[in-house]
Amino acid sequence: MIEQIVFYCFAAMLIFSAGMVVSMRNPVVSVLFLVLSFFSCAAIWLLLQAEFLAIVLILVYVGAVMVLFLFVVMMLDINMTVLREGFVKFLPVGIGVAVLMLISMGLIVGSSQFDIAAVASVAQHDPGYSNTKELGLALYTNYLYPFEIAGIILLVAIIAAISLTMRKPRTHKTPKPEKQVSVKRKDRVRLVKMKAEKE
Amino acid sequence: MIEIVYELIRNGLLQPLVSMLVPAAIEVQALYMLEILVKILAILIPVLFVVAYITYVERKVIGFIQGRIGPNRVGVFGLSVWGLGQPIADALKVIFKEIIIPSGSNKFLFIIAPVLSFAPSLAAWAVIPFSDTLVLADINAGLLYILALTSLAVYGVIIAGWASNSKYAFLGAMRSAAQIVSYEIAMGFALAGVLIAAGSLNLGDIVMAQDGSIIHWFWLPLFPLYVVYFISGVAETNRAPFDVAEGESEIVAGFHVEYSGMAFSIFFMAEYANMIMIAVLTSLLFCGGWLSPFQGIPVLGEPSIIWLLMKISFFLFLFLWFRATFPRYRYDQIMRLGWKVFIPITMVWVVVVAVLVVAQVGPWFN
Repeated sequence: MIEQIVFYCFAAMLIFSAGMVVSMRNPVVSVLFLVLSFFSCAAIWLLLQAEFLAIVLILVYVGAVMVLFLFVVMMLDINMTVLREGFVKFLPVGIGVAVLMLISMGLIVGSSQFDIAAVASVAQHDPGYSNTKELGLALYTNYLYPFEIAGIILLVAIIAAISLTMRKPRTHKTPKPEKQVSVKRKDRVRLVKMKAEKE
Repeated sequence: MIEIVYELIRNGLLQPLVSMLVPAAIEVQALYMLEILVKILAILIPVLFVVAYITYVERKVIGFIQGRIGPNRVGVFGLSVWGLGQPIADALKVIFKEIIIPSGSNKFLFIIAPVLSFAPSLAAWAVIPFSDTLVLADINAGLLYILALTSLAVYGVIIAGWASNSKYAFLGAMRSAAQIVSYEIAMGFALAGVLIAAGSLNLGDIVMAQDGSIIHWFWLPLFPLYVVYFISGVAETNRAPFDVAEGESEIVAGFHVEYSGMAFSIFFMAEYANMIMIAVLTSLLFCGGWLSPFQGIPVLGEPSIIWLLMKISFFLFLFLWFRATFPRYRYDQIMRLGWKVFIPITMVWVVVVAVLVVAQVGPWFN
């Protein structure tokens, strides 16, 4: 009973915030609504007893990815009126893409996977059951190779991102901290002995 | 002791109250919810009290370190007891001040930003265990929950900086965002080391994995992670010497330059609540939580919440000590420390810990 109330509250919030993400005029507010939709989604996952995935969704997407999103969006000076000019012109194409997406989603995650029989088979676990441990066991045994391949792809992406920002040879001067730290007094200060001068 | 008091409150106050007001059909659920509410209050009221008085302690301690006296005027009932009434007076002053909303600012975000920075630091207290039985929510993924909530604190700062429509505030927000995201990685790796060593994400289990005496605590086998975690914690809370987000001497007050009155005060409280949070976590994860350093000796060796409070006080004192003695880091050096020093150290030590655990090296992992 209470679970159902919680589910419908968060589901409504998720749909509302997802709608606001695409309809808000201000991109910063859009990003914040995206954060809210991630939160509602995490809450729904918690109801499915997937606490690891729910918390990781918050940790990775809200805690890291969306912060960088916000960072970038705040720095950009986006003129929304220019972006909205071609709305009617592109509407048919947009609707076409949306329908295609809807059909493909329906085929992959359609009602065959989500009918009453499939939902009823979700096992209820006792409080000592650790979702995290089960997930870890599955990832590192049955799905070890896909997991490692995903890791290598991420590593390649990191290296690519770094090499993209380091294209040019460095021409500007930057301080070298190790040199600054290792400086001793005698490197910088020279004491000159001289006799007192008298007129 | 605390359990007995709680039983008394539950049976003597909550039970009759619920049976008087609520229909019998939902009495059990109502009592359960009321119990949780009472527990939340029992955690949050002391936390807010400490938040208020840590400001006083900070001014006193820094005063003494710098050869000054600190606040000593506002007393209680006409007695000037070392200025103990100061936080109350400050709170009253700040409540009655006007909150000025700058023109050209985004009003809604401007108001909601302090709330966003304060709420996660309070929500994180839900999973903190104070002894082996004294915990509000004993969840399996407690450590992850803490990590997720501490990573949310940055939103308050960024939104405050952006919504203020001020250059200084925006600069502070940008600095803070980059800094917190960078140090979170080192912090996450340090916590990964802890969970490898303890074999659990549950905070209570992590403390019990350190059972033994002071040399069995995780600060010794995980020493680099312990140091990195605490320093990252100082950086994450925007405290000196990493307080470039405020940077009074460069960008006035950083992200909260446009805030006044209670809105400003909420940011202040969030900073101190986060500080206490980091102190609590360091004592739980690396210093045995409520376990006694003299375990094995009859009376002194008993595990007790008093040990936990002593450890928290020690780490809080370190925060104040840092502020009183270190000059502020230069911004590029903060970034260098986070990315080029801390992250490599933690990555290497996570591997070392994994080897120690697999090889069952004593006295910690056998």
